[in-house]
Amino acid sequence: MFFASAEFQTVFAALNAGFVRTLQLFFITLAGAIPLGLVVSFGSMSRFPPLRWLTRLVIWAVRGTPLVLQIIALYYVPPLIKLFSWGSGESGRFTAVAVAFVLNYACYFSEIYRGGIQGVPSGQQEAGLVLGMTRRQIFFQVTLLQMIKRIVPPMSNEVITLVKDTSLARVIALQEIIWMGESFMTGNQGYAGRVWPLFFTAVYYLVFSGVATILLNRLEKKLEFFH
Amino acid sequence: MALLEVHHIEKHFGSTQVLKDISFNLEQGQALAIIGSSGSGKTTLLRCLNFLETPDKGTIKVAGEILFDAKVSATRSEAAIRKKRLHFGLVFQSFNLFPQYTALENVTLAGELLAKEREDYKADKKRIVAGIEAQGRELLAQMGLSDREGHYPHQLSGGQQQRVAIARALALHPDILCFDEPTSALDPELTGEVLRVIRSLADQQTTMVIVTHEMAFARDVADQVIFMDGGVIVEQGPAHMVIGDPQEARTKQFLSRYSEH
Repeated sequence: MFFASAEFQTVFAALNAGFVRTLQLFFITLAGAIPLGLVVSFGSMSRFPPLRWLTRLVIWAVRGTPLVLQIIALYYVPPLIKLFSWGSGESGRFTAVAVAFVLNYACYFSEIYRGGIQGVPSGQQEAGLVLGMTRRQIFFQVTLLQMIKRIVPPMSNEVITLVKDTSLARVIALQEIIWMGESFMTGNQGYAGRVWPLFFTAVYYLVFSGVATILLNRLEKKLEFFH
Repeated sequence: MALLEVHHIEKHFGSTQVLKDISFNLEQGQALAIIGSSGSGKTTLLRCLNFLETPDKGTIKVAGEILFDAKVSATRSEAAIRKKRLHFGLVFQSFNLFPQYTALENVTLAGELLAKEREDYKADKKRIVAGIEAQGRELLAQMGLSDREGHYPHQLSGGQQQRVAIARALALHPDILCFDEPTSALDPELTGEVLRVIRSLADQQTTMVIVTHEMAFARDVADQVIFMDGGVIVEQGPAHMVIGDPQEARTKQFLSRYSEH
């Protein structure tokens, strides 16, 4: 029985360790990009034109170039121009990758937020105003939930994409699950020339994105009580 | 003394002047209809009364109190305006109900938020909230919507939504209730139920300002009528006079379009 073999046990343990890295990157990206995206979206809607244009320029640059290029640039350029170093080894790589992911996803999220905020009809705000509500009350009691309802479907797409995008960290040899899978081709813990571990990583991605899809669909359903 | 006194209101959008020297009075318990073609400034005037637009010039008084004076910047600040808005209620053309709240919650939400500012709120919370809810139910009953209290706006017809919106505006006991083309977004068969409600409010001596395209309704329900064109008041007076026997050529021309069909 293959699943009981020493080879499977060794690879399984290594892939699990790699997947923990993957999950760390996934959750840190969400925890950083969800609030930062809100700040960026406010910048892109600012009434102060220089701030607005600067923010939109950054969003354009980030969304207009590949994430993999941003990871490479962020990891290698600062030490190269003697600005600062990310620190050696795995932890330095992880920090650099996490920063790249947070910045990249914050820009994507900000555009989704902007659509959600601008998609709530101005009549909602006006109805609150004529009823004597403060702007704060209008935001929290009236518009916020309508915004959340609008952003959940596009955010779900981004979250599913993020699950798979974490594999781009492989480019600077972060030891996430793809790197782990590949390591058994070149040689790891006495096993070399094995192709199956790399393909087996797909199981992890499928299970995780499947769970994420179910949870996000449930959230979407919860918000279906109003239109 | 008139309940509402509007003096010399002017409003520009950029270089376009949309309101020119608008003055009128409205007595307690009377209904005023504002008629005129699209772009004549009638909706802007209503929005000025509700402080959704800030006039460039002029004053607005309610019961002798100056609510707005373009020359006095203190009356233009956001905080000062919030409480003064409560003298007016506004029913929108597109209803603007809050979609995530039930009909009853739409009616009670603002009242409950305002109640939180009362000093006795913490000590007496249950009784206050119960009072607001009881009043909300009563208003919905008055609108003939008792069986729709728990419905969300998307589960209601346009006419029902607009009646909820009227109840919502009445819940804060405004001195003057304003309507911005309340039936323009409704199918013809649904306008009747909304007009009936407004008519019954007029019978109860509710002070109202109604921007409308329903000429027969304006003639029958309003006490006073203002005809606007190009941002000015062309003609104003008792409803049967302005609509039944207009003096100005522009009023006659406007009204003739309604009698043709």
